[in-house]
Amino acid sequence: MKFTLSWLKTHLDTDAPLDTITDALTRIGLELEGVEDAGAPLAPFRIAHVVEAVQHPNADRLRVCTVDTGDGAPVTVVCGAPNARTGMKAVFAPPGSYIPGLDTTLKIGEIRGIQSAGMLLSYREMALGEDHTGIVDLPEDAPIGIPYPAYAGLDDPVIDISITPNRGDALAVRGVARDLAAAGIGTLRPWARPAIEGKFPSPITWRIDSPACPWVLGRTVRGVRNGPSPEWLQRRLRAIGLRPISALVDITNFFTIDLGRPLHVFDANKVRGGVLAFRSGAGETFRALNGRDYTTTADDCVIADAAGVQSLAGVMGGEATGSQLDTTDVFIECALFDPVAVALTGRRHDIISDARSRFERGIDVSLLPAALDAATAMVIELCGGEASEVAEAGAEPAWQRHATLRFERLETLGGLAVPAAEAVAALEALGFTVQSRDANQVTVAVPPWRNDVASAGSLDQAPALLPELALSAAAGRAEAEPEADLVEEVLRLRGLDAVPAVSMPAMAPVPLATYTPRQVRAATARRTLASRGMLECVTFSFVARDRAALFGDAPAALRLVNPIAADLDQMRPTPLATITPAAARNVARGLPVGALFEVGPAFSAESQEVLAAGLRHGPAPRSWDGAAQAASAMGTKADVFAVLAALGVPMDSLSVTAEAPAHYHPGRSGTVRQGPKLALAYFGELHPRVLAGLDLPGPAAAFEVRLDAIPEPKRRRKALPDLPTFQPLRRDFAFVVDAATPAETLLRAAKGAERTLITGVSLFDVYEGEGVPAGQKSLAIEVVIQPRDATMTDAAIEAVCAKIVAAVTKASGAVLRG
Amino acid sequence: MTDLETLQAETEAAIAASTTPRELDAVRVGIMGKSGRLTAMLKELGRATPDERRERGAALNRVRDVITGALDLRRVGLETAALDSRLAAERIDVTLPPPPEQSGLIHPISRTMEEMAAIFGAMGFSVGEGPDVETTWHNFSALNIPAHHPARAEMDTFYLPGTRNGHPLVLRTHTSNVQIISMLQGEPPLRVIAPGRTYRADHDATHSPMFHQCEGIAIDRGLTLGHLKGCLIDFLRAFFGISNLPVRFRASYFPFTEPSMEVDIGWNRKTGELGGGGDWLEILGSGMVHPRVLANCGVDPREWQGFAFGMGVERVAMLKYGMSDLRPFYESDARWLRHYGFNPLAPVALHEGVAP
Repeated sequence: MKFTLSWLKTHLDTDAPLDTITDALTRIGLELEGVEDAGAPLAPFRIAHVVEAVQHPNADRLRVCTVDTGDGAPVTVVCGAPNARTGMKAVFAPPGSYIPGLDTTLKIGEIRGIQSAGMLLSYREMALGEDHTGIVDLPEDAPIGIPYPAYAGLDDPVIDISITPNRGDALAVRGVARDLAAAGIGTLRPWARPAIEGKFPSPITWRIDSPACPWVLGRTVRGVRNGPSPEWLQRRLRAIGLRPISALVDITNFFTIDLGRPLHVFDANKVRGGVLAFRSGAGETFRALNGRDYTTTADDCVIADAAGVQSLAGVMGGEATGSQLDTTDVFIECALFDPVAVALTGRRHDIISDARSRFERGIDVSLLPAALDAATAMVIELCGGEASEVAEAGAEPAWQRHATLRFERLETLGGLAVPAAEAVAALEALGFTVQSRDANQVTVAVPPWRNDVASAGSLDQAPALLPELALSAAAGRAEAEPEADLVEEVLRLRGLDAVPAVSMPAMAPVPLATYTPRQVRAATARRTLASRGMLECVTFSFVARDRAALFGDAPAALRLVNPIAADLDQMRPTPLATITPAAARNVARGLPVGALFEVGPAFSAESQEVLAAGLRHGPAPRSWDGAAQAASAMGTKADVFAVLAALGVPMDSLSVTAEAPAHYHPGRSGTVRQGPKLALAYFGELHPRVLAGLDLPGPAAAFEVRLDAIPEPKRRRKALPDLPTFQPLRRDFAFVVDAATPAETLLRAAKGAERTLITGVSLFDVYEGEGVPAGQKSLAIEVVIQPRDATMTDAAIEAVCAKIVAAVTKASGAVLRG
Repeated sequence: MTDLETLQAETEAAIAASTTPRELDAVRVGIMGKSGRLTAMLKELGRATPDERRERGAALNRVRDVITGALDLRRVGLETAALDSRLAAERIDVTLPPPPEQSGLIHPISRTMEEMAAIFGAMGFSVGEGPDVETTWHNFSALNIPAHHPARAEMDTFYLPGTRNGHPLVLRTHTSNVQIISMLQGEPPLRVIAPGRTYRADHDATHSPMFHQCEGIAIDRGLTLGHLKGCLIDFLRAFFGISNLPVRFRASYFPFTEPSMEVDIGWNRKTGELGGGGDWLEILGSGMVHPRVLANCGVDPREWQGFAFGMGVERVAMLKYGMSDLRPFYESDARWLRHYGFNPLAPVALHEGVAP
């Protein structure tokens, strides 16, 4: 919402400096967006009289001017403009002033032997346009010594404020003035409704066939002469970015901004059939004032004459019946519309207009008759003509509402004990009128322009609420809301900075845990992976559909209806779908080796779950000791096990099977399970098709840990530690087994061969080749045997070893290697 | 020269001449072994008279002590020399680079959300969660943003095809859905913050279609706008580590709060430095929870009241840690992540301080 300071002062009587006004606007919720003060840089320039202009003795193209600046003795100015002449009125810049068009500060100079104490300016030098054919040549009656911005009307700053959706009343200069006056900036000037006498019945009348228009007034003014509007009106509209069109149109724009009261003017001679009807659209196409065609729907309220649709009610008028320069009879529309209907029509047709933004926020219901009279008066004043009687349809809807404020609520809700008298005065300044008052509370009538206070509004309660709970909550809202509205008004004007800040009272002497166990898991996984050398990244939850499909399902249910770009249209099935392209981008940046992870959502048609997903990619970094390794399935298996261990998963309960989702290499990937069913994690090399599809050079291995699937660790006291007195023994075994046999089968069998005595089994060699039959492999394991009650005899040790061999052979068919 | 003096002199010469522990040991055995020369002399002592024995014994013992001392001294010397030469041969080039071991780092968004959890946690808040794919009821209607409300259009919402419980599905435009979920889940009093992902159909230098927000809600019997101010001022000063950070509250409007306030902090627009400078920077939206929002969740506004607030995680992270651009947060450029990432072994802990 833009307006000029002088426009504001037609409603607000104040001498307050601009800064005071703009600070107050921001403080009371009419946030300042900006101030344009075009005159400020021109302030030193004054109107001057060129007493004499004579030829420069030493230069053909220069003139020496004697200039009366209205400030003491005349000064000498050397000027090169061809139009500099004796007797003219010009704009004078004194030495020391900044010339915006030249980006220079003026000094007293000597030009070809004659001292020049100032400058006569062109429009371009004042940065007011491109005109540089000569210096500014002002009319003879221009007053000498007056600052140029004041003379040219440029000393009127344009104030731009943003209006929140609740404050339709502040989309009017008068509304802003009222708020400022209530906040202690000046006083609101009275506004008088002019008296208009209707001389004849209006030849155009209204008919309402739509619930979207409860009330409408209109009046014909005949015998008008349309033309350009007067300079003051053009200047105001231009200052706020509106193009002056003609007196009749400019008048409607003036009232839209001045009173927040959108109007429309029909050319009465173009309206067919003498009746304008409000009705539903029926698919007709009409051309609006913005020159574009719109096709109406049954949900739109339109204004139609016998020839068809002439206006989208409350949003935009039509070209066919709009007033033109040759309009002689005009019909003024002053209507009330349902805000929701206007908002929906505006959105449906994507039209943003000054009328829509006011109607959808709600206008002053009671203002219709006065606004029509004021508009009629201005039409007659600017264009002549005589007014008809008022044509009316519908009726003023009941808008009267009351609200009660218990004064204590200013403190118990607002946190500030405002004295009752002050609170009441603030409300009265805003236009609320006291209905009753006692020591504890005041009941006020809500002014018709404040549609946001004590409004009907509606609830949309959760359907699962118990009926009595829903009822009492709804009753509570009906009581609490109007009071909260009033508390807000009082505090807003008083300034929220006045409310003393109070630190939160403690809920417990020492705060309880802030995270749920599930959130702790995510944090622990994040720290574990980062401590293993991986960089945490945060990638988008959506991805291109074809990329999502590389990582599993890309169901239509998770496809955005209105994606911002085609490559961000599908909710990702796993964070790997966005991490993998991120890794490819890093390779493209010249970083061939990397390790990224993300703890974030994976989406399926039914739900979303949190995964800790990561990707290691690139060859082994070259190193003098050769210790570094290339990205591999086993590397990411280690990541998975590190996360699971950090999360307290009992590692003995895990098993690994050789299958994984399709985005992994089918022969080099696995699933980590707890028990037979619960899949906790996947790991492995990425499928070559995935790498090719995302331009990621291999090797690349990934993992996904399903954090939400991990059962919460049981909170019980730890068992006592196992700290045997006797030294453990270590025995090595080498088995030859079918090459396809999982190593885990042997390890598990060895571990289980003697539960109390065997405390550790580790694989230290895997060998295929010479000495081992083709299709078989040799697995070498070390078993740790822990004597319990006494040092073990050789015979006892032999017995355990025999059990191990037997168990492994039974489980896997392996043969002890001779 | 007596035989003892001869023995001593010859032995000392032999000790000095030995160059290895083995040679030295041969000397020892030759003197003091079973059939060593000194051993033999000691054996002969038994045949002497008592007087001779006393005199001769003392002399023998003296010589033995001298030789033993000389043997020990030489042995230590030889061992030291052997160790020195071994260590000299075992030298490594200590300027070799250690094995490559890239450290990993925590993303600034995670770090910032953890800082928020720590500070609000100290004020009794817990962290709540809700789905990213949400119903229009949770995202809008329950929050007093009915279908026609301008705010619903202004939010540039992403829509999904399906419905849940009869309501269309959207990607949540704010984490305020967690306010609704929290109120429906349990009885007041409650204090919950909701850091998380949010989505709006807007993409340019200062907007990302996905970003993070931290919303908060506190509902109790006596919470006033004064508590709102105290809570947020306490948070902002702790978060930025500036104990006198100027904080300004301006009247504003949000559909889900009343009264509503924008919160500004003091900064210097030219240098970007927080604190002084005389300029104001908008950082938070806040307000007292609207009676309609309470009633929609079955909370009676006559009994319960409280406040809510919301802030952009990236925005405050940028201010705190000096990032100038929003887009790199999601680009996963390893160089950017290394530059702005945080040590995983130094997690947010109030007792270690959360300010930079």
